[in-house]
Amino acid sequence: MSEKLVIIGNGMAPGRMLEHLLEAAPDRYVVTIFNAEPRVNYDRIMLSPVLSGEKAFEEIVIHGDGWYIKHGITLYKGHRIVAIDREAKTVTSDHGVTESYDRLVIATGSVPFIIPVPGKDLPGVLSYRDLDDVNAMLLAAQSRAKAIVIGGGLLGLEAAAGLKERGMDVTVLHVMPTLMERQLDPAAGYLLQKAVEARGIKVMTKANTKAIVGNGKVEGVELMDGTIIPATLVVMAVGIRPNSALAKDAGLEVNRGIVVDDRMWTSDPAIMALGECAEVGGHVYGLVAPLYEMARVAAAGLADGEDRRFVHSDTPTKLKVTGIDLYSLGDFADGEDREEIILRDASAGIYKRVVLQDNRIIGTVLFGETADGAWFNDLKKKATDISEMRDTLIFGQAFQGGASSDPLAAVAALADDAEICGCNGICKGKITGAITSKGLTGLDDVRAHTKASASCGSCTGLVEQLLKLTLGEAYNPAAVQPMCGCTTLGHDDVRRLIKAKGLKTIPAVMQELEWKTSCGCAKCRPALNYYLVCDWPDQYADDYQSRFINERVHANIQKDGTYSVVPRMWGGVTSAGELRAIADVVDKFEIPMVKVTGGQRIDMLGIRKEDLPAVWTDLGKAGFVSGHAYAKGLRTVKTCVGSDWCRFGTQDSTGLGIRIEKFMWGSWTPAKVKMAVSGCPRNCAEATCKDVGVVCVDSGYEIHFAGAAGLDIRGTEVLGLVKTEDEALEVIVALVQMYREQARYLERIYKWAKRIGTAEIKKQILDDTEKRRAYFERFVFSQKFAQVDPWSERVSGKDKHEFRPMASVGFAEAAE
Amino acid sequence: MTWTPIGSLSDIPPRGARCVATPQGKIAVFRTADDQVYAIDDHCPHKGGPLSQGIVHGAAVTCPLHNWVISLETGKALGADEGAVTTLPVKVEGDRLFIALEALVSKAA
Ligand code: SRM
Ligand SMILES: Cc1cc2nc3c(=O)[nH]c(=O)nc-3n(C[C@H](O)[C@H](O)[C@H](O)COP(=O)(O)OP(=O)(O)OC[C@H]3O[C@@H](n4cnc5c(N)ncnc54)[C@H](O)[C@@H]3O)c2cc1C
Ligand code: SF4
Ligand code: FES
Repeated sequence: MSEKLVIIGNGMAPGRMLEHLLEAAPDRYVVTIFNAEPRVNYDRIMLSPVLSGEKAFEEIVIHGDGWYIKHGITLYKGHRIVAIDREAKTVTSDHGVTESYDRLVIATGSVPFIIPVPGKDLPGVLSYRDLDDVNAMLLAAQSRAKAIVIGGGLLGLEAAAGLKERGMDVTVLHVMPTLMERQLDPAAGYLLQKAVEARGIKVMTKANTKAIVGNGKVEGVELMDGTIIPATLVVMAVGIRPNSALAKDAGLEVNRGIVVDDRMWTSDPAIMALGECAEVGGHVYGLVAPLYEMARVAAAGLADGEDRRFVHSDTPTKLKVTGIDLYSLGDFADGEDREEIILRDASAGIYKRVVLQDNRIIGTVLFGETADGAWFNDLKKKATDISEMRDTLIFGQAFQGGASSDPLAAVAALADDAEICGCNGICKGKITGAITSKGLTGLDDVRAHTKASASCGSCTGLVEQLLKLTLGEAYNPAAVQPMCGCTTLGHDDVRRLIKAKGLKTIPAVMQELEWKTSCGCAKCRPALNYYLVCDWPDQYADDYQSRFINERVHANIQKDGTYSVVPRMWGGVTSAGELRAIADVVDKFEIPMVKVTGGQRIDMLGIRKEDLPAVWTDLGKAGFVSGHAYAKGLRTVKTCVGSDWCRFGTQDSTGLGIRIEKFMWGSWTPAKVKMAVSGCPRNCAEATCKDVGVVCVDSGYEIHFAGAAGLDIRGTEVLGLVKTEDEALEVIVALVQMYREQARYLERIYKWAKRIGTAEIKKQILDDTEKRRAYFERFVFSQKFAQVDPWSERVSGKDKHEFRPMASVGFAEAAE
Repeated sequence: MTWTPIGSLSDIPPRGARCVATPQGKIAVFRTADDQVYAIDDHCPHKGGPLSQGIVHGAAVTCPLHNWVISLETGKALGADEGAVTTLPVKVEGDRLFIALEALVSKAA
């Protein structure tokens, strides 16, 4: 029978341990995890990009729910273990779940240190450790008021940069004279302060916090000298402490952290500890690289595999603030037996310092240019005697043996066992080996196969250079996916150039942008046609031959070559007259299937192409227009009954849905657009999984967007709350126009929004009224040309040739 | 070879196609951007999709059902896919178009 493995904590360390364990001994244990955080395992390191808006939370998830299901692992989300009974070998959670174990792993991470000053418990005082902290900061940032970050270390500065990105007025208070004094010498600390201030963040050093002041909520921070700095948000990022209380209560040996041997076993032979909560060889850690090594050691032990032991090594520190390059490693305090080599380039803001002892590197600080970090690290690790290259050492690797300053040459010169990805301990040889043996072609491939660059991402540049070196010409470093084989340009470049060069026909685009084929292909032509329709609504003549058949004949092709027809039912509302007309059409043309669609209207399927114009003639007489069920355009606007009928309805959701549909139908969009309006938060129209949705509430209209319920499932994000129907319409129209102008062909709103960031969309559509109005007006202008019912056009003879064969020949004739 | 008249070049839009109905099923007649004309069985070798409804590019058409690309010259599927459709000879005289249906008939026989 499998043994029971229980894990307390679901952070980065045990997550990695499980990956190794499942590889080495997939069936050995039945695994149960308790995690105090109510979520799956994610990349905590990347919280800063989430805070600043560069990434969405979904992008930093390491193991999604499916992973646990696939591996048969039980994950208790939001369960904090409150007791370990080592006699009975059980753990108990705060929700009363008790689970027994054969082996237990404690991986409770760290707790942020909170300075014990008056006011530390006021609402508005946050730490920076998990997603809840980030969400709380984002909420506070909406007010765009003042924030104070206490602590000028790695975490504090990342928090400050993120809050600044989100529009807050940020001050960093740091108790020491220079920033990040534990990782940087004063010179680099000074440069860092200048770089931080250049982004509009205020920095106060030697600032000792006396109290956090406020009445019922934070109003400011008082310093020892009596100064009071006003703020509505205070983030404390002054350090972390290993989270070892639970282990201590259970009677395990605890010093600074939970004491473990070099195989991760605690003083109890059935219990391991790893991650930031563990203390090994007198060290506790706060960066992932050593924790990942612990994970490897622990997995080997649990699998009864190789006898792997943990050995201490220094981990480089890098700051993940876009635009600030900083690298620090090892020991750089001054000392009698130490020498140093320094390079400064004031105009370029570069500072490099290497600290030597006995001609060997023991520490490095790089600011402004960090490309040589890996090389210095390698020299340090191997304790290479540098006396021969002493004069040129500081200029970096490219300078050694030849004056090449080509960064590629520098990477080429790295030894195969030089470490590239510090977080995951991946060396150069492993990456180039994987590129060749597995035929990898891009960054994502390398991440998937080796994990290099998959954690904090600061080695991405090096990995890209390795790709370039290994693949040569075959590697396209720009990483822009060309639109198709006809061009090297990506969608964004093409869109930009169409506008910049004023290109107004498909041949003009192909000529000016040097298309490699004479008339494009089935991928690029529909995209170009859309871009031109969108950019020049009054001047461009739609290129009918560049449309997919459905958009050419305004019906959906079926597997047997027949078509389906879906007329609009505005907002899902119909009438006896409409239903009767549909019934008559179905009888007259012997339509084999009539179906209610998922979009609140009726689909008639199996119509012969030749019959389409006649079907439309009859439908048109009853007042129907095309439902565009085939279009990269506005599809349906689903509604619920709303305040006219429903006892809970707060607004006229049906009316608003119809109004939106009537306003926006006919418009072409990069991909289909589906909307819904619900009359109250019960949300019967399912507005929160649509491209654009409205949830009516007492105080107005909550506008949602970027939902999905097809190939991907995603709840919407809230764009904002508006008071009137008119405002709701303006916001929605402006949002869709922004999407029309920016997205890549076939990119649904949720993908586009993810790419450019919710914050940017809010800024342009909600905050900047002028921009919103301009988008709105451009949409209205384009509708003048787009809002023409394609069915009635064809009934009156347009594209007649589409609907009948050019000739019919009989056999007699043919056999003649 | 017998040439059957089917209409004129201007009946087909450039980078487009029209069908000719025969007792053997539909024939798709294509006109490329540079006015070359091709006729093939209107029946994709993959799952029978109506090739005449596809997007025409160069001397090829992309099937509307699952995007196979079929060469108009050879009738063969291009790229990684394998399969072929019957091609029929076409003659252009001035504006007038003719096709030879023998290939179809012999298939029928
Ligand atoms: C008729 C309908 C199913 C039904 O019987 O209810 C339907 C039928 C088709 N859907 Fe759908 N979808 C229908 C509602 C949906 C919904 C639900 C909804 O709209 O509330 C979804 C999930 C929401 C969404 O759009 O994400 C949906 C997600 C898809 C997708 C996946 C899109 C995605 O980006 O994830 C496709 C494939 C695509 O568009 O590339 C698709 C494609 C199709 C196509 C067009 C397949 C095709 O390319 O030929 C089907 C056409 C059948 C026809 O001829 O009518 N259909 N389809 C529904 C028509 C709604 C309408 O009144 O317009
Ligand atoms: C904003 C930020 C940026 C960072 N940037 C970097 C970086 O650039 N590079 C780098 O190397 N490192 C960085 N780190 C540090 C890195 O994230 C941590 O070292 C790492 O996540 C620690 O992993 P862990 O598994 O030990 O603990 P954690 O990932 O903290 O996981 C511990 C988990 O255990 C849960 N838990 C605690 N007690 C209990 C209990 N009693 N019962 C059940 N569950 C419990 C907690 O809820 C938590 O989810 C950063 C950290 C933060 C917060
Ligand atoms: S789910 Fe949609 S695309 Fe799939 S078979 Fe049904 S109608 Fe067709
Ligand atoms: S039927 Fe033509 S590609 Fe499938």
